[in-house]
Amino acid sequence: MEATIEVAGLRKRFGAAQALDGMTFSVLPGQVTGFVGPNGAGKSTTMRIIIGLDAADDGTALIGGQPYHSLRRPLSQVGALLDAGALQPSRRARNHLLWLAHSQGLGADRVREVMSLVGLTSVAKRKAGGYSLGMRQRLGIAGALLGDPAILMMDEPFNGMDPEGIVWMRTFLRSLAAQGRAVLVSSHLMGELQDTADHLVVVGRGKVIADTSVASLIQAASGDRVEVRTAARTQAMTVLAHAGATVAVTDADLLTVSGLSSERIVAALIDGGVRFAEVRAHRATLEEAYMELTRDSVEFLAETARQEAAS
Amino acid sequence: MTTITPYRSDLRSGRDGFARLVHAEWTKFRTVRGWIIAMIVAILASVALGLLAPASDSSSCQVSGGGGPPSGGCQPAAPSYILGPGGEPVTDSFYFVHQPLAGDGSITVRVTSLTGPAGVVNSSDGNSFGSPGIQPWTKAGVIIKQNQNPGSAYAAMMVTHDHGVRMQWNYTGDTAGLSGAVGPANPRWLRLTRAGDMITGYDSADGTHWTQVGAVTLSGLPATVQAGLFTASPNYEVSHGVSASTGPTQATATFDRLDLSGARGSWTGQYIGAGQGSGTGTGTYHQAGGQFTVTGSGDIAPITAGHGGPADGAQLINNILIGTFAGLIAIAVVAAMFITSEYRRKLIRTTLAASPRRGRVLGAKAIVIGAVSFVAGVIGAAVALALGTKITDSRGNYMFPTPLMTEVRLVIGTGLLLAVAAVLILSVGAMVRRGAATIAIAIVVFVVPYFLSVTAVLPVGVDDWVLRVTPAAGYAIQGAYPEYAQVAAIYSAANGYYPLEPWAGFAVLCAWAAIALAGAVYLLRRRDA
Repeated sequence: MEATIEVAGLRKRFGAAQALDGMTFSVLPGQVTGFVGPNGAGKSTTMRIIIGLDAADDGTALIGGQPYHSLRRPLSQVGALLDAGALQPSRRARNHLLWLAHSQGLGADRVREVMSLVGLTSVAKRKAGGYSLGMRQRLGIAGALLGDPAILMMDEPFNGMDPEGIVWMRTFLRSLAAQGRAVLVSSHLMGELQDTADHLVVVGRGKVIADTSVASLIQAASGDRVEVRTAARTQAMTVLAHAGATVAVTDADLLTVSGLSSERIVAALIDGGVRFAEVRAHRATLEEAYMELTRDSVEFLAETARQEAAS
Repeated sequence: MTTITPYRSDLRSGRDGFARLVHAEWTKFRTVRGWIIAMIVAILASVALGLLAPASDSSSCQVSGGGGPPSGGCQPAAPSYILGPGGEPVTDSFYFVHQPLAGDGSITVRVTSLTGPAGVVNSSDGNSFGSPGIQPWTKAGVIIKQNQNPGSAYAAMMVTHDHGVRMQWNYTGDTAGLSGAVGPANPRWLRLTRAGDMITGYDSADGTHWTQVGAVTLSGLPATVQAGLFTASPNYEVSHGVSASTGPTQATATFDRLDLSGARGSWTGQYIGAGQGSGTGTGTYHQAGGQFTVTGSGDIAPITAGHGGPADGAQLINNILIGTFAGLIAIAVVAAMFITSEYRRKLIRTTLAASPRRGRVLGAKAIVIGAVSFVAGVIGAAVALALGTKITDSRGNYMFPTPLMTEVRLVIGTGLLLAVAAVLILSVGAMVRRGAATIAIAIVVFVVPYFLSVTAVLPVGVDDWVLRVTPAAGYAIQGAYPEYAQVAAIYSAANGYYPLEPWAGFAVLCAWAAIALAGAVYLLRRRDA
């Protein structure tokens, strides 16, 4: 059985709101797949449908080819962290994992293992209600790992984590993927997934906008633009425009040039006697690439809001 | 692109099955300290409330039977109950015209009238009572009795004032024969025959055409028994709302054509069992030619708790079990929280992700909350009964006798009542998803109907229906005392009598729980978590 999540054509309506509108993507083993989109794009709904909590109006969500409800030991195939706050506050953290373990036929030994894996051993006997949000995220991850599943799914796991926790989480997610697991991580902040995700499923308004590797996404967003750092900004702009480039001012001493290769830019600047400090290929951040992708859907939302306000 | 080896776990998973879900739900339950404490509170509350009645009881300082409180100091003394062959307390008080019957044989007689004076009759101690007169269950006829001792085995064929011809035996047995009232124009022939331990009763309207009414076995009947005529007329009881007044009545029957096979001796008239608080303790008979006129009082019947005999002052077992409703309130809170707190915290999503077959999750929860409530109910009832009996004894009072098997049924039944109630409340919680609403529903369907009925706030009749159709019908399983059709008494919830038989009432509760559980499973499967 291939360890994958396959989502095809999911539709779900909550009252008047079309939460999912043909959501389709797959999650492959051995990589961290980022599941990104603005709030309300349908990420959490999709995840709930994948693990059988919500029923889709249409479409399918399969785990290794099977619907979730037909899995006999679901937690040993998919571990999910949907809501770190879903705890009985008066129950000790260790006991929260213990009943979950018992429901899968696992014992207290496994609970100890996963608590040590997420670094909660020293606070295992504290009541879950006394945990900080960051600790709850770790506890949730421990729960997701109980059955040692080949697929992990986490909804906004960076929420409430301190910088140290975020670094830990990134490393942890990468190590899980390196073991060959399929890891799906949702976030509404693309920056959180920088240096973490290998692949991205970008969603907006209930469907997939882009389904691509991080490398090619950045590539596409970067285009063939070149950045030139120079104190003689006006002079440089004249020379480069003359050579046929399109020039934009990015900063006081920084120009972004498109339409010319780096070699020809350097040649034009030298020929024109313009002094410059640096010429380098422009590399877009993940954030920029994301903004570019979701601009349409955000604009649509803003437009809709305006129309609704006007009517 | 590199080839990726998908992750393979080497973790050994445990057994698959329903048992692990029950295990998980049990772990959930026992790891919330508040719920464990609430169950202990349920036990303590039901015991404590149950002990209020025996601890404050001073009824043994009153003389029963209408005599009023004694003028002197209180001298509590446990009365000696007359117990029937089945071990139940009985009234065995009547006027008996008898002679020995050796071996097998039969007795036949014709009854031509059964009448009673209205107004005042006198008891043996000279006190007079204002009596409403003849009672529906005033009775006279032929009887074969083990001996003259009160409480001994018997079988009798009789006419009654309102209930036609009956065959009755050993106090609790009662079968109908010919209907209609007896009178000179409408005589009744009665016959009893003995063959070994078997006694068969017949009746006839004309002395020619006989019908068998019943055949009963009185085990251990001696070779020689007492056979003859009897008349008894039970105490009247008039309800004045909360209280009731009572007193003896008297009746006279006329017999002729008496035929006792193998009779050699002469007839002896004797009042059996005077001073039991039932009947006047006096009677007479006249024999003129072939005609016998027998005047008697009292009753041959089981004592119903709270009615007649020394039982008036006895502590009733249902007073000791009354705390069950308090225990039920605590259990209702736990049963509701057991499911609704998962909705409140969204923990239900974790639960259902771990066990996607949702009906089984609810089943496991029902088993856990049911088992825990059963144990709490059994402990609460057993401790309340043990301590309640002890306190009653230590204060010089006495318990109304209850057969051991009945006590066992009450203790187990209290556990079952709480268990099924908890499952019902859990199911309501799964449907409603809100803790406060669930607890409110539980109190409305269980506690309010019960409380209004046992405190006699609801009118008689209405409380009957409330305790028949609502889930509170399940309290019938705590009914300690059977109602007897052949004993006229005020059978109300306030006196510990439920309108339904114990297991029938429990079945009503079970039906409610089954409907609620089915509804909960349906909604749990259908709704998004």
